[in-house]
Amino acid sequence: MGRRLSRFIEQARRPWSDQRAEIVLGALSGLVLLTIFAMVVFIFAKAWPSLSANGLGILGSGHDVDKQLGDIYNSPAGEKNFVYTLNAWPLIYATALTTVLSVGMGIFISLFAAVFIVEFAPESLRRTLNPVIRLLAAVPSVIYGLIGILVLVPFVGNHLISAQRKASVEYVLTGGLSGASLLVAVVILTLMIVPIMVALNVDALNSVPRAWKEGAVALGVNRWRAMWSVSVHAARPAIVAAAVLATCRALGESIMLLMVSGSVGFAPNPLDGITFWFEPLRTVASTIIEGADSLATPAYARTMYALAAMLLASCFILSFAGWLIKQPLKKYGRGV
Amino acid sequence: MSTFRVPPASGTIPPSHDPFSPPATEKRRRVNESLSTWRWSDRIGYAVAWAIGLGLCAVAFAIVGFMLFKGLSVLSLDLIFSSPQASADQRNSGGFMDPILGTMILVVVGIVIATPIAVCAAVWVVEYGRPTWLARFVESGIEIIAGTPDVILAVFGLALFQQKLFAPLSFTAQGGAVFGRSFIAAGAMMSLIALPMVFSSTREGLQAIPRHVREASFGLGKTRIATIRRVLLPSVRTNIGTGAALGMGRIAGDTAIVLLLAGGTLLLEPQGNVPGVDVLTGTGSSLTTYVFNNSPAGEGNAHDKAYAAAFVLLLIVVLLNFGVDKIARGRKSAQWKT
Amino acid sequence: MEDLIPPPVRRIVVDTPARVAPAHVSNGTAPAPQRSAPGPERMTLEAMSVFYGDNEAVKQVSLPIRQGQVLALIGPSGCGKTTLLRTLNRLTELTPTARRSGRILLDGEEIDQLEVTTLRRRISMVFQQPNPFPMSIFDNVAYALREQASKRPRKHELHEYVEGALTRAGLWDEVKDDLNRPALRLSGGQQQRLCIARALAVRPEVLLMDEPCSALDPRSTAVIEDLISELRSDLAIVIVTHNMQQAERVGDLVAFMYLGDLVEYGTAEQVFGAPRAQRTRDYVSGAFG
Repeated sequence: MGRRLSRFIEQARRPWSDQRAEIVLGALSGLVLLTIFAMVVFIFAKAWPSLSANGLGILGSGHDVDKQLGDIYNSPAGEKNFVYTLNAWPLIYATALTTVLSVGMGIFISLFAAVFIVEFAPESLRRTLNPVIRLLAAVPSVIYGLIGILVLVPFVGNHLISAQRKASVEYVLTGGLSGASLLVAVVILTLMIVPIMVALNVDALNSVPRAWKEGAVALGVNRWRAMWSVSVHAARPAIVAAAVLATCRALGESIMLLMVSGSVGFAPNPLDGITFWFEPLRTVASTIIEGADSLATPAYARTMYALAAMLLASCFILSFAGWLIKQPLKKYGRGV
Repeated sequence: MSTFRVPPASGTIPPSHDPFSPPATEKRRRVNESLSTWRWSDRIGYAVAWAIGLGLCAVAFAIVGFMLFKGLSVLSLDLIFSSPQASADQRNSGGFMDPILGTMILVVVGIVIATPIAVCAAVWVVEYGRPTWLARFVESGIEIIAGTPDVILAVFGLALFQQKLFAPLSFTAQGGAVFGRSFIAAGAMMSLIALPMVFSSTREGLQAIPRHVREASFGLGKTRIATIRRVLLPSVRTNIGTGAALGMGRIAGDTAIVLLLAGGTLLLEPQGNVPGVDVLTGTGSSLTTYVFNNSPAGEGNAHDKAYAAAFVLLLIVVLLNFGVDKIARGRKSAQWKT
Repeated sequence: MEDLIPPPVRRIVVDTPARVAPAHVSNGTAPAPQRSAPGPERMTLEAMSVFYGDNEAVKQVSLPIRQGQVLALIGPSGCGKTTLLRTLNRLTELTPTARRSGRILLDGEEIDQLEVTTLRRRISMVFQQPNPFPMSIFDNVAYALREQASKRPRKHELHEYVEGALTRAGLWDEVKDDLNRPALRLSGGQQQRLCIARALAVRPEVLLMDEPCSALDPRSTAVIEDLISELRSDLAIVIVTHNMQQAERVGDLVAFMYLGDLVEYGTAEQVFGAPRAQRTRDYVSGAFG
């Protein structure tokens, strides 16, 4: 035994041949792929009981999702008695709503910011904006959540929501309108994803060849229009990639939304008018996080895995959709 | 870069010092690109761009200023160095030493696992990369990991570490169910968060090394792996460092993984028999979960403590993210001659 | 002016008689360059100097630019000819350290007093490297028309302008079957002609060309030189070129610059056949450059 060990060590200490090195390094790199594969397999395997029990009904609506989650948690013991019924539409709808609204606003804001930084900002302002963007991107989401819940939520609750409005929802929402709402959630989520998109957009705009911009300006087009019709137009694939990355980030944002969105499995109704913005909600990611302690119960745990599986699937679909969108945009691009 | 202001007639050099400046009679107002010829939509857009640029600065300053104000007003050395104690009264509930230690343990474990794998992957992709489809898959795979939300990584970690295989890495309950939550489990998932940053930094560094460096080494008879070990890796040390610092910043700021995988105990509770390792297999909390728990959303309701801890967290993250500038600047003096 | 010229780069024997410009090297079938009659003076430079910071890149140059004639600017690298060209449509303003003194007049008006985007519609530029936008051929040519119109024009309205510009640039026959092709798929010569068409679409009065053929093969170069000869009747054309033979073929008037100074200005026969300044003689005979 000792001899084999010492022979092994001796072999390992000899100068490595390229072949061996390539195999070892390649194996380590393959570990990455294995991890992704394992991630998909494990999550879907654990989620399978819940997914198969619900079928496509998991996407449905019509029930109080919080109550259903409570029932799942309180399932009587014994594999056969587990309750899995879940109609998670309010959660899915809440996720889609916050994501679409914040990414929509975010693309607009980040494009304007990127154009400003690349072309129109005075030098001193540009030098300030670069660390500012990096700082905003680096702030942890729990700190955004903290500021949200201790500053914005009371502000909205006390100053923006009138007493009448609170009274008007009492029969639907037992908790009332506390200020933890769609509005605060979307505002802070937009703020969180803008820096990522701005950084990527600035890189994209800077990598557009100067010759194009110079050509546009030499044709008598003013710099603003030249920037948009040539540089932004040419950088569209990169802008789409940035937007997809930001959307994945927004989809998966859990802790900040848990803190500011009110944690009620409610689907805000656009037909409510302005009250729509003040209604609380809870996204899929926040639901998974919220039940962190309750994961001990097998039924509940499997339901959470099911939610995670849906989130994972959405991310994959999103990346694929982004890839699809980029294809026609590349038609007129650089070279053949 | 071009500026938008009307340039002064005599340019950047004061007339008294400039032998070439035009005579005084030549001074006239330059009619530059004036906004009056722009369409209305362009003008509004321009104003919006300025507003957004200034707005982002204002928001960043507001956040930093607010955290500074709130944090410093509560923070004291005592808080940093004493452990939390369960108590209803804020004044007696102690400090957050354990969460700080928790954050540090996670950062170290995460980066120690991530860096070798990321560097090896980057080296393989850049220097070997055969078969090509595999290299591209690996790169896409790392991008996928970079884009995966931390919640999913946390859930995956839970599923993984609750397998019997990983029982020694955490606590095993009476009925045989593996608890699955420990610093090692959380740290392993944190490494996935840091992996893409170290990988892309290292890859950029390796790609920036010109070909003639490698060719010179091969010309001397060294194998590729020896070249990598002796020539290439030492020169991308800075890149690995910056990537690791960025990765550590992300690890320090993450909450979801800690919530699900670190066990949720406020204090560090070691688990197992081997001293030192038992901390890793035990449970605890981090600054992020401490902030969460002390906010109105968690159980505590100690706003002051939350602000103080948040301030310390922000400080750590900012130091890690902006410290990379210092590392990178030191390196600028040694550039490759192409 | 010759006292101000700095000493020559290489030792030149002063007594050599002026060399006759070398005969037009061709396969014998190329016709002698046709010179055209001068038209009205469109632009005038009066004692113009350009400074990049401390460095005087162009020193007190005065030149007329006439419609109907091609002005060729020649000179060795770094002599300021490209800077002079870019000053004509105020493109040097894109460089923060650039400064200009002296006057440049377009049809009697100082170009500084004109609004710059209007100016650049009247003075168009073609660059050394063809730089078509990453759009279709149609969109490239229609680009300036679309951006400058106060109301977004329809595609069928633009079609005749696009066709006209492409015909003038000699590219219509080659692309007319599919105008939606990506412009970047064209060959180098076609891309440069597309850039010329793009510049012509706004019906400019002056066309500036910065070494337009230097990145192209001889055949494309010949095509573009013919194009220039055709265009000069209703445009004032200024072309910067490194290639003396091209300047002789294409240019009616030639201006030779050296280190920022305008050394000699005259007709092509004069400058190449019987240059007055010693420096010109040296450059034209290939003694330096």
